[in-house]
Amino acid sequence: MACFLVPTAEAVVVTIISKVKDHSDANKQVKVDSTKISDKIPMGRKLKWLSGMLWGGSALLAFEHVWHGEVTPWFPFLTAMGSEADAMEMFHEMATAGVMMAVLVTAVWGIMCVAADIITKRSVKAETVKGDAV
Amino acid sequence: MTLLITVFAAITATIVWYFKNQSKYMIGTLALMYWGASIMWFVDAIFEYAELQAEFFTPAAKDMLNDAFLGVSVVALGLIIWLIILIVKDPDGKLRKTLQGQKA
Repeated sequence: MACFLVPTAEAVVVTIISKVKDHSDANKQVKVDSTKISDKIPMGRKLKWLSGMLWGGSALLAFEHVWHGEVTPWFPFLTAMGSEADAMEMFHEMATAGVMMAVLVTAVWGIMCVAADIITKRSVKAETVKGDAV
Repeated sequence: MTLLITVFAAITATIVWYFKNQSKYMIGTLALMYWGASIMWFVDAIFEYAELQAEFFTPAAKDMLNDAFLGVSVVALGLIIWLIILIVKDPDGKLRKTLQGQKA
């Protein structure tokens, strides 16, 4: 009915956090040792993965709702808002399916981040060992 | 059916991203978009399964056709969104050069 609104709301919040993070990182004058390879993926980059999944998923899901006639281009935009019973059902769906969608996407992103950190650390370690051997 | 088609689109985009990793073309963004949608439809499928039980796996031919049509449309929409992002960012400057009358 309108379950995609929950991940969309999360996408808005994540995008704002990501922009703020990018801005603060750009302002920081961090001296980086050019000889040292970084084994950390910046948080701003990781947040972009999450916002990509959330925005993309929400956009495609919104299209599905238009397809099924649940979203209309005129006010109140959601057909479920026409009656109180439908609206209650819609809110229930948002609270169950919508929240679960947002949670699952975030959980998958969390796993992605951990895996990416492990892979990066492993490759940096291998590079260091190779460098020491030379 | 929509979920299945989107999952296949996500897998294809991920394979292309892995083997032709040219970050400037943002294949990763396309893959993330499809994976995000796949996860969301997976949750939808769980709720539908909880409601329909075994009937969930035996949809009517008409519903399946409609879902397949929706799935293909979703994949097309994802590609259109990706194409718009790519053209706006114009990583090779081809659009800029074309508009300026230079040879791309």
